[in-house]
Amino acid sequence: MTDQAYNFAYLDEQTKGMIRRAILKGLAVPGYQVPFASREMPMPYGWGTGGVQVTAACLTPEDTLKVIDQGADDTTNAVSIRKFFQRTAGVAVTEATTEASIIQTRHRIPETTLSAGQILVYQVPIPEPLRFLEPRETETRKMHELEEYGLMQVKLYEDIARHGQIATAYAYPVRVEGRYVMDPSPIPKFDNPKLSGSAAIQLFGAGREQRIYALPPYSDVVSLDFDDHPFTASKAAHDCALCGASDSYLDEVITDDAGGRMFVCSDTDFCGGRRAGGHLGALGVAGAL
Amino acid sequence: MIEIRDLSKNFVLHNQGSAMIPVMEHANLHVGAGECVGLIGASGAGKSTLMRMVWGNYLAASGAILVGGLDVARAEPRQIIALRRRTLGYVSQFLRVVPRVPTLQVVAEPLLNLGLPAYQAQARAADLLARLNIPERLWSLSPTTFSGGEQQRVNIARGFAHPYPALLLDEPTASLDAATREVVLHLILEAKARGAAILGIFHDEAARAAVCDRLVDVRAFTPKVAA
Amino acid sequence: MGVMDMKLAPPDQAEAPLLSVRDLGKMYGERIGCADVSFDLYPGEVLGIVGESGSGKSTLLSCLAGHLQPDQGQVVFQTATGPRDTVTMAEAERRRMARTDWAFVHQNPRDGLRMGVSAGGNVGERLMAIGARHYGDIRAQAIDWLGRVEIRPDRIDDRPRAFSGGMQQRLQIARNLVTGPKLVFMDEPTGGLDVSVQARLLDLLRGLVREMGLSAIIVTHDLAVVRLLADRLMVMKDGHVVEQGLTDQVLDDPQHAYTQLLVSSVLQV
Repeated sequence: MTDQAYNFAYLDEQTKGMIRRAILKGLAVPGYQVPFASREMPMPYGWGTGGVQVTAACLTPEDTLKVIDQGADDTTNAVSIRKFFQRTAGVAVTEATTEASIIQTRHRIPETTLSAGQILVYQVPIPEPLRFLEPRETETRKMHELEEYGLMQVKLYEDIARHGQIATAYAYPVRVEGRYVMDPSPIPKFDNPKLSGSAAIQLFGAGREQRIYALPPYSDVVSLDFDDHPFTASKAAHDCALCGASDSYLDEVITDDAGGRMFVCSDTDFCGGRRAGGHLGALGVAGAL
Repeated sequence: MIEIRDLSKNFVLHNQGSAMIPVMEHANLHVGAGECVGLIGASGAGKSTLMRMVWGNYLAASGAILVGGLDVARAEPRQIIALRRRTLGYVSQFLRVVPRVPTLQVVAEPLLNLGLPAYQAQARAADLLARLNIPERLWSLSPTTFSGGEQQRVNIARGFAHPYPALLLDEPTASLDAATREVVLHLILEAKARGAAILGIFHDEAARAAVCDRLVDVRAFTPKVAA
Repeated sequence: MGVMDMKLAPPDQAEAPLLSVRDLGKMYGERIGCADVSFDLYPGEVLGIVGESGSGKSTLLSCLAGHLQPDQGQVVFQTATGPRDTVTMAEAERRRMARTDWAFVHQNPRDGLRMGVSAGGNVGERLMAIGARHYGDIRAQAIDWLGRVEIRPDRIDDRPRAFSGGMQQRLQIARNLVTGPKLVFMDEPTGGLDVSVQARLLDLLRGLVREMGLSAIIVTHDLAVVRLLADRLMVMKDGHVVEQGLTDQVLDDPQHAYTQLLVSSVLQV
């Protein structure tokens, strides 16, 4: 039930209108960082205040919400945000990717292919991909305006020079529709290919930095690379120990103090679904986590 | 090749009450191809001033200085730069070079500036340095550390590296030993033989007699009324 | 007579100016930054601009290089497609030109280098900015350029912080020249360096100017530097050009009272 002390989804309607306008502008100019008047939220910065505001602006009473943190529905951050919207909006929640109409995520894209009508909301800590190389905001905005993206390539060059390969493993920069270079939030680069051509709407919210940007459905999103060092969507060279999947992104789990470890799907819904369907990995138990 | 017509020169010293000092007037001079003309006159009479005006280093107050058809007194800086690059050479008494640049490079530079390949320019430079008795072990060192006589020889080699159609020589044989002096006189005679017009200052009377076809006394150009 | 037969570069008489500046002016409120500046710079020429601090020489350089918007006047650059006024040009185009046809060497290498990026990345940035996307090629060019400015290839992955002041300045030059610009702006390029390091840098710059056929505009207060580097000299005072001409002529036979004072104030070595 909605907690009646709050407006639907916590934010007042004017604020949600302001955020929706920023979202629409973002969808109209894919990859462009739209400034918005980020509000104080009842949670600290770094806990997804940007994503929460975007989700709040998108929610309708008929929506079904899923929240994941690093792929999992049951971690603190995901649980807190899910409870926050249950209390302030009274919407239905789910852990099943296919049943959700809005999915707020921290640092992952679900393994299950998203479909038309779904909205994926990313929590973004630092929206500016050029930030670490060029500290001046005036200059980075100018660089976006004039499509001066040599500097982004310098970052990848430095990676190869230092590590022999592009060592950037997450927040891997992409170019959207041949125009704006965008930070896809700290998702693993394994997820980068899923950004491109997705049927879902993808929205990115940075609360502290007060920026919203977006990918409309079926956007062309290309990961930056070099001709002789092409982009590869790498993951740990294992199968999931629980469900046996060989094509999903894996978390490494330390199991004891003697160096024991296992690799399991980071997407808990995906992993559980596979096991329910009879797929078992080396350590898997059917139907259980 | 070098033609001076009714040339005059003043110095105005703005920081000393704007004193105007006329140093030359009605100077006329002609140096034809293959000819060497020596300037004479007491020290301070204006020999070096005249040379510097032909070189474009001093501005003329009035008159004309034609070198290879270009009026240096009126030319744009870039025309003078081109003139110095191709047509007019100058052996001064002072060597002005970037410190640390090797002697061979210093001598080859006028040829490199003309776009000659480095190996050709350096071969020519090496030939001249050898003729002027600069030991090969010094070629890779900067001439800034050399003795006065050695610096003078480097200066001469640099001045003769490119076969300029016109040459200005300011005391080229001063402070040289007899053998090297002979080499320099030979270089001057060779330049004349290939048709170079040469205007020079030679205090050494024997040298003057050996290379000069005519002498011009610059005292004739000294202003009659001092300011 | 052998030298007579050697091939020489064709005469450069009929060329158009690379840069034509007309009536350039910049005010800071009531105060004059620079005013009424006009000159032509031809391909291969090096122009020195001297004057005391506050004479307007740095303001002029900033206006010429597009770092500062002048209040009036034209700065016409001979682009590949013909002469263009860079003052009225769209910013995107001017910045593109600044990365390709122009170079800017700052007095302080910190202003011209990315101190957190390796030497190779610093040199490669301009290449990547104009679309180079082959790591091996970019690296090969970076090594080539480090060599030209006398930095050993094994320093390619070191950051500029680990370099001496002279090396940083040479790296800045390599970073700027890698795209083969036609015009180089230099702001006190030898300032803050030891005398012996200055000499090495001057020699390097002279060689590069000659080999690449560069034109350059050098702002400095050091008359010895312009004597060795510049073909032509412009003397500025209170925002105005008080005298210009051949470098050695201006220094040896200065006509303006201020230039005479400037030249006579130099300590003789």
